[in-house]
Amino acid sequence: MTRFILSRLFWAVPIIILILAVNFLLVHLAPGDPVQALVGDFPAPQSYIDQVRHEFGLDQSIWVQLWRYFENLASGNLGYSFANRQPVLDLLLVRTGATLILMIPALTAASVLGVFLALLAAPRSGSVFDSGITALSLFGYSVPIFWLGQLFIILFSIHLGWLPAQGMISLRSAGTGWGYARDLIWHMVLPVFSITIFFIAIVARVARASVVGVLSEDFITTALAKGMSRRTVLWRHVLPNAMIPVVTVIGYNFGYSLTGAILVETVFAWPGLGNLFITSVGNRDYPVLQGILLFSAIMVVIANLATDFIYVILDPRVRRSYGAQNA
Amino acid sequence: MHEFWLKFAGHRFGLAGLVFIVALIVLAVIYPFIVPYDPAAISNDIMMGPSARHWLGTDDLGRDVFAGMCQGIQVSLTVGFAAALASSVLGILIGSVAGFAGGRTDLGLMRFSEMFQVMPSFILAAVIVAIAGPGLARVVAVIAILAWPQVARVIRGEVLRIRQLEFVDAVRCLGYREGAILFHEVIPNALPPVLAVGTLIVGQAILLEASLSFLGLSSADLISWGRMLNNGQRFLFDAWWLSFFPGAAIFLTVLAFNLVGDAVGAVLNPKGEQK
Amino acid sequence: MNGDQRATPIVKVEGLRISYLRGGNAVTAVKEASLAIRPGEAVGLVGESGSGKSTLARSLLGLNPQSRSQIDAGSIVIAGTDVTRYGPSQWEKIRGRPVAMIFQDPLTYLNPVMRIGRQIAESVRRHDRGADVRARVAELLRLVKLPEAIARAYPHELSGGMRQRVLIAIALGCRPKLLIADEPTTALDVTTQAEIMALLAELRERLGMAMLLISHDLGLVGSACSRIYVMYAGYVIENGSNGDVFIRPAHPYTKGLLLSAEVKRNADGRFVTIGGDVPNPATIVEGCPFRPRCPVAMDECGTMPAFTPIPNRAAHEVRCWYVERHPVIQAEEIHAAS
Repeated sequence: MTRFILSRLFWAVPIIILILAVNFLLVHLAPGDPVQALVGDFPAPQSYIDQVRHEFGLDQSIWVQLWRYFENLASGNLGYSFANRQPVLDLLLVRTGATLILMIPALTAASVLGVFLALLAAPRSGSVFDSGITALSLFGYSVPIFWLGQLFIILFSIHLGWLPAQGMISLRSAGTGWGYARDLIWHMVLPVFSITIFFIAIVARVARASVVGVLSEDFITTALAKGMSRRTVLWRHVLPNAMIPVVTVIGYNFGYSLTGAILVETVFAWPGLGNLFITSVGNRDYPVLQGILLFSAIMVVIANLATDFIYVILDPRVRRSYGAQNA
Repeated sequence: MHEFWLKFAGHRFGLAGLVFIVALIVLAVIYPFIVPYDPAAISNDIMMGPSARHWLGTDDLGRDVFAGMCQGIQVSLTVGFAAALASSVLGILIGSVAGFAGGRTDLGLMRFSEMFQVMPSFILAAVIVAIAGPGLARVVAVIAILAWPQVARVIRGEVLRIRQLEFVDAVRCLGYREGAILFHEVIPNALPPVLAVGTLIVGQAILLEASLSFLGLSSADLISWGRMLNNGQRFLFDAWWLSFFPGAAIFLTVLAFNLVGDAVGAVLNPKGEQK
Repeated sequence: MNGDQRATPIVKVEGLRISYLRGGNAVTAVKEASLAIRPGEAVGLVGESGSGKSTLARSLLGLNPQSRSQIDAGSIVIAGTDVTRYGPSQWEKIRGRPVAMIFQDPLTYLNPVMRIGRQIAESVRRHDRGADVRARVAELLRLVKLPEAIARAYPHELSGGMRQRVLIAIALGCRPKLLIADEPTTALDVTTQAEIMALLAELRERLGMAMLLISHDLGLVGSACSRIYVMYAGYVIENGSNGDVFIRPAHPYTKGLLLSAEVKRNADGRFVTIGGDVPNPATIVEGCPFRPRCPVAMDECGTMPAFTPIPNRAAHEVRCWYVERHPVIQAEEIHAAS
């Protein structure tokens, strides 16, 4: 087990390093003085610019610069955002939370819905359900997610007036307790729904293939032979086995999912990473942009690690093959 | 080749996708003769809904939406094809070397490509473009760098398969060098599946370019579908047509490439998927 | 070993015909099969792979998927009830009891992500309403000679022989009157094979259960069963007592099968197999399917004969024109002709 964790952690390191390298390169790729990339184009006091120039060793050789860069990041110094008057790290932590509030319900809904549809469709291969899943997946892969969000706003907020169009809470919000939660959830409906459709594209195909595969397994015959009903077999034998590839695919595609969330946020003016990205592009607030990239990479790595653990929990076969080496 | 087209014609959705793409290309060329407006021309017809005069309405500066969309075809298809071509070349080179050399080279290159697949590629592309500045060539390059692993994986598998076929040994007996065998004998035979992946990448690239433009990461002078959506976002409450039509164009175009790609894949590899 | 021949059969199959639907055209796997199994008896079903014996066996539990296969003719009667036209929901009510089944590859036939104990418990809960599930699972494990601690293990942690014992325990949890064993030892090594066969024989004796053993291995069937059915290309072509079929086979196919497999009894009366392979069944032909390979084929063989009882033998029947025309024949005769 320890060995398994170590091998996966070892795998995560090169990804983080690669992202850091890209970030470092960007500092030098940006047009103009490299210090601009570290401070941003937003007006900052000359004293801060001089401080950054010194901290990152921009007056010294490239290797010293690389070392200083890593050193600063390792100590949590992602710079200061003058546009937001906040250290970049604090800003990112708050915004990441807002993004995850959208992502996690959407991921859960997409996987549950995807697997549920697959379970409905699989026993009737070639039926309406079946082609419906393929169509849904194709739709999810082809539709510009931000456009879908715009359509939802036009339809549900502007025309029907059912749901709030933008933001996280109402301006005249109750502010505390239940009222606040209700208001928040009310605002979450449309963005979460948009992201769910985006995620279903990944889930539906895998879930369908996986359910069909499990249904043709021999142990399903055993379960039927002992007199269990098809419905019970579907829930107790097919579902747990079919979930394994679905969970894996969701976890390993976290980067793709994050993209969807960020694009949807910008449509719904949701104060998460995506929205921060847009305003930072407008303000030419480079340290924030680099911070977003770094944070996304870290989240992807964490999601991958988490997936590995969930996989181990779901599939006892992996548990042993790694446990045995350590026993 | 003839046989390929016959089989492809059997996939109705793939064929529909192809027809749509051809129609787009034709429209991009002939639209100046159909639409009496210059896509960039500012007029007094501000924020007009769809009508007989302006089929798909006008925007806040009085520009004709339909003319803009026709102009946008150029950007989308150019980026799509260029990115697919560039990522295919990159993927073919890396993938075939990995498959042909085998051993550590293979392992190293494949690990490297896996790393690219795990990364939050869109965010990476967006940050690069945001800091390094917009520009079509740069967008194409970024997409190519992000998409090559898909091609590399496919071509590596093919090369591994072809490498062990008898004719490769036969050529080797003739005294050809390994490099020559790879480029003259193995790669040409491994290319067909790249066609399917390449077509899918065109769709992804169009979507990615549109997403970047939507975030405002494209040159403001260049009319593209994503840029139009970015503009439409500001007038969501007043002018639905500014968002609806350009988005539909992106959706249908990407869908068309996905359908063609799936059909090509099904024709080339009938045992993979049932439909 | 002999069941009561007058008792009502647990399973009675008559003139069964089953075909699979594959992309528009139907392939008939079982063409005409009849068999009867009475309480307590051990019956063998012998045939090469592709002879339709597994399809026939699965039809007794309604396990052939109805979306892809259908019963074209004949009938299946289980414990006096005609189940030929049963739909999936009706089958669910009667599977496991009175007929349960074990399978060839015990690894793939166990759910990889569920503990052994739960897989056995499912069978107990279904068939023993109100029983103490834990106690019953422990009892079943003892019955198949596995330690109780195995209940907490997953299938991949067990050996092939242990997995087959688990499958047996699951089947016994249904309290069946008939256990169908479809090639139960084919995937196991020789020593384990013997252990599993010994266990099955002991359980049958102890629980008074009937068994249908399906195998291509003549030696295995010969040493475990009192009555034998021989299948060839979808037809049951011969049946009779162990002694009749193995010592005095009537059908040219059975004779060939025995000769090519060189089955002989050794000193203690057990069957020993000495290699040898039976050629693949010929492609579909009109009439008797064995005709193209038959050393004594005649003009009549263009149509399939009915069962003919062999004179002076209790319940030994064969479907063969040659035997019908030459009631008393010797194995050597046919051997010489071929």
